[in-house]
Formats: sequence, structure tokens, C-alpha cells
Amino acid sequence: MRVTLHQDKCVASGQCVLAAQDVFDQRDEDGVAVLLDDNPPAEAHDDVRHAAAVCPALAITLAES
Amino acid sequence: MNTTRNVVIVGASVAGLTTAVTLRTLGYDGRLTLIGDEPHTPYDRPPLSKQILAGTWEPDRITLRTDEELSALDAELLFGRSATGLDIAAGRVLLDGGDSVSYGSLVIATGVNPCRLPGTDLAGVHLLRTLDDALALRAALLRGPKVAVVGAGFLGAEAAAAARGMGLDVTLIDPRPVPMRRQFGDRVGALVGQLHQDHGVSVRCGTGVNQFLEIDGRVTGLELTDGIKLDADLVVVAVGAAPATGWLRGSGLLLTNGVECDATCRAAPGVYAAGDVASWHNSHFDAPMRLEHRLNATEQAQAVARNLLGEELPFAPVPYFWTDQYDARIQAYGVFPADADLAVLHGELENRRFVAAYGHRGRVVGVLGWNCPRELRKLRQLVVDRAPWSSIGAQECLTAAW
Ligand SMILES: Cc1cc2nc3c(=O)[nH]c(=O)nc-3n(C[C@H](O)[C@H](O)[C@H](O)COP(=O)(O)OP(=O)(O)OC[C@H]3O[C@@H](n4cnc5c(N)ncnc54)[C@H](O)[C@@H]3O)c2cc1C
Ligand code: SF4
Repeated sequence: MRVTLHQDKCVASGQCVLAAQDVFDQRDEDGVAVLLDDNPPAEAHDDVRHAAAVCPALAITLAES
Repeated sequence: MNTTRNVVIVGASVAGLTTAVTLRTLGYDGRLTLIGDEPHTPYDRPPLSKQILAGTWEPDRITLRTDEELSALDAELLFGRSATGLDIAAGRVLLDGGDSVSYGSLVIATGVNPCRLPGTDLAGVHLLRTLDDALALRAALLRGPKVAVVGAGFLGAEAAAAARGMGLDVTLIDPRPVPMRRQFGDRVGALVGQLHQDHGVSVRCGTGVNQFLEIDGRVTGLELTDGIKLDADLVVVAVGAAPATGWLRGSGLLLTNGVECDATCRAAPGVYAAGDVASWHNSHFDAPMRLEHRLNATEQAQAVARNLLGEELPFAPVPYFWTDQYDARIQAYGVFPADADLAVLHGELENRRFVAAYGHRGRVVGVLGWNCPRELRKLRQLVVDRAPWSSIGAQECLTAAW
């Protein structure tokens, strides 16, 4: 799985971090999401799918391999 | 397991589309029909009053799904069609033009319509709900008018900020004493008012509109309840919205405050509602709820898809909402009852960088952050836990904040 984060769309809601905290974090200054792992391990895939589905800015896209 | 093989969804915006996507993700392979009355490819609304009004984004950036993703849904897409009625006994949705679609399960996701005022039909008066509304308003703002915004909820406040960002003369009017009072109370509302004043908006809170002034059908200004007459070439009316349930009248569904549902978002056997139009019992707060929030539309649609396929679990989220005005990003988790107490947990109100907790009946029911996204996310847990108000160790406790 390849994760792409579109920071220009992110509204800093933090939903991705709540869903998958090993894969996403938020910048200190403005809360914009940062990607910790663009190729997360299989056990994180469900959480990452949930993060992408719930992101209120549609800022996370996934390419499933 | 519900054996439905024929799901019809009315309303093709975020709640309707998310229901469709989630059904397919969960493996539903029966018939799927998505009906929406807007002519555009489904798009997202929050950027309308932000990047689209400001002109920093083109409309193609706000589509909710690409054409490929839409066709991968393997759904019948009836876009540009309105549902005009519902016959529950026959299991049919009536459409404009006189035809109808039968369903095994129905999802109602028709959102809300903006409320109007006498005068809304005048030339120069704008509402803001759809992409077409936003583009028309942007084009009119580019002509450099003197602007009045009626209604200082989040939508009016964002529109005022966008117009000021274009260097225009802007007045923000609301009968309540401070902006966004209904959302967040007097203390935070006063800060929003100050923010707008600091950016050069003339804030006239505590006054309503008596009448719209016009010449030959075009607005020229407003007469306020304090007798003052205000010149304006452009008026934005943002005075709230009402659930889009007109097409459901006479169906037998209860439509008191939107489509009334149980805790699983079910309105009747085989009939569900999601998003802005849906009113349901949120068991986390033990309270009836209808939210006009972007994240709720997604989460409720996901819950409806699961429940429709047989999960039948209560939908009990901690609501999340945000608004962007100038350089301020205000974010909130939970609920904000009118008689809540307020305590600052991080930062300071005056610096406009803080997290505040709202307490009600001895529990933390909401946390609000102003330019503090990370701290706010961590403090959200207080709302999840319904933490005792006495336990939060507030730096500053402000009772009667409202
Ligand atoms: C300008 C603007 C800015 C916003 N900003 C924020 C924000 O910053 N943060 C936040 O949390 N929320 C924000 N929101 C709220 C958020 O956009 C809504 O909560 C969300 O759009 C709700 O989605 P929905 O699918 O339930 O309803 P809607 O988006 O209203 O979609 C309902 C759809 O159903 C269609 N429809 C209605 N009646 C019929 C019918 N009879 N037949 C067929 N189709 C029908 C409508 O045309 C519409 O396309 C904003 C809203 C607006 C308008
Ligand atoms: S969920 Fe989306 S909007 Fe929220 S922080 Fe993550 S990427 Fe940004």
C-alpha cells in the first residue's frame, strides 16, 4: 500500500492521527498532517483505510498493491 | 444480515456518496442507485466559503470523487434529477418528470436548504450553499461592492472574512450580541467579533434587519432594527438552514427537525437518513442531535451503510467541526450547550491561541481549540471519557460564560 498525503488540502482535523498514529502525525505549528510512513505494514492497512475514508478534506489517497 | 439487493440513495453529496462507497467497500454487490438534483459532479462544500470565494482554488479541486471512482461504484447515477415524493407502502421514490424508482432499502441524504429573508429575491442578494452560489458570489465580489453580511454564524463569518480578504468594505450583522454565539457562547463569540473588527469589518451584532432597501428590484442597503440605514450593493444572507424534507411531506416519516431517526439512524423499516438532514439520538450524550458538520456527514453515512447491511449499532460519535476565518482556525469536538461552563486548559483566550473545555451537568461535553490543533486533539479524550468537570484542573474557571 502506498499512501499519499495532500498537505495543501489538509484542514488539520487530526482524524488521520486518531485512526492511525503510527502512520500520521500533525505539525506543531499549524496541525497540518505529516506522513510518517508512506508504505505502512500490513497490520496498519485497515487503520490507514479508515483514515483515508474519514478525512474531511479528502487529503489522503491510497494505492493498494 | 439484511438481504436487501436494491439500495436507493437520495442526495448525491458527501453523505449520499459516502454511503454508496461504504456499501461497496463492505461488499454489497446488489443494485445501487444514487439520485441527486445538482447538475455537477458531486463536490465538497467547506471550500466554497473559503478557497473558492477567495479565488485560490478552481472548482475542479473540490470534486468528491473522480469520474473513474464514480464509475467504479457500479451504481446508477441519476444526477440532475430531483426526488419529489416517497411512497413507503409501495417502496418507491417519485422523481421529477413523473417516473419513479423502487427500492428495497432507502437512504435519505438530502441535506439542508438555506433559510431566506424577505428581500432575498432582490438582485444583489446572495445565498451560499452550492457551487453555483459561491461562483456567483465570487464574481459579484470582484466588482468591488460595499458588502453587508446578514447572519454571523460560521457561514456569514467566513463570507465576511473572504470579502475583507479582497479588500472590500464589509459589515457583519446579527441580532445576537456576538458572532457564532449559538455555536460557542458569549466568551468565544466575543473573540470572533474582535477578530473581525481587528481585520476591519464593521461588526453590528445585537441588531437585526428591519427591511431590505431597493431601487428597481436591486438591493441598495438595509434598514436595521436600531433605525440605522446602511448602504450596500451586495448582501449575503446566511441566517441558517432548514432540512431538505419538502419531498417527504405526506410520506408518514416524522419530520420534526429533519428526518427523525432512532439511535441507529433508521427512520422506518428499511429507511435510513444521514448527514445534515438526519436527526437521531446520540447515546454518547444521551441527547437528540442533528448536525450540519462535514465530518458527521461522512461518519453518519458510514454508520448507515453498516446498519443497512445488518450491523444495527447505535451511532454515537463525538461531533467535530471547524471553521477558518483569516488566520484563525477554530476547531471543536463535542457539544456546546447554551448553559455550559467554560475553562481554559491551554494557552490564553486573549492571545487567540487556546484550548477551552465546556462543562455541562458536571461533565466535560466539549473542547474548543483556537489555532491549537495538536493540543486540541489530545484533549478530545476528555469528551470521549465524559470526564468529571471537577477533575480537569482548569487554570481559569469561568462560570456563566454565556
Ligand atoms: C459554504 C459551506 C461551508 C461549510 N464549511 C464547513 C466547515 O468549515 N466545517 C464543517 O464542519 N462543515 C462545513 N459545512 C457543512 C458541510 O458542508 C455539510 O455538513 C455537508 O455538506 C453535509 O453533507 P450532506 O451530504 O448531508 O448534505 P448536502 O451537502 O447538503 O447534500 C445534499 C444533496 O442533496 C441534494 N438534494 C436535496 N434535495 C433533493 C431532492 N429532493 N432530490 C435529489 N437531490 C436532492 C442537494 O442538492 C445536495 O446536493 C459547510 C457548508 C457550506 C454550505
Ligand atoms: S484527517 Fe485529513 S484533514 Fe485531518 S489532519 Fe489528517 S489529512 Fe489533515
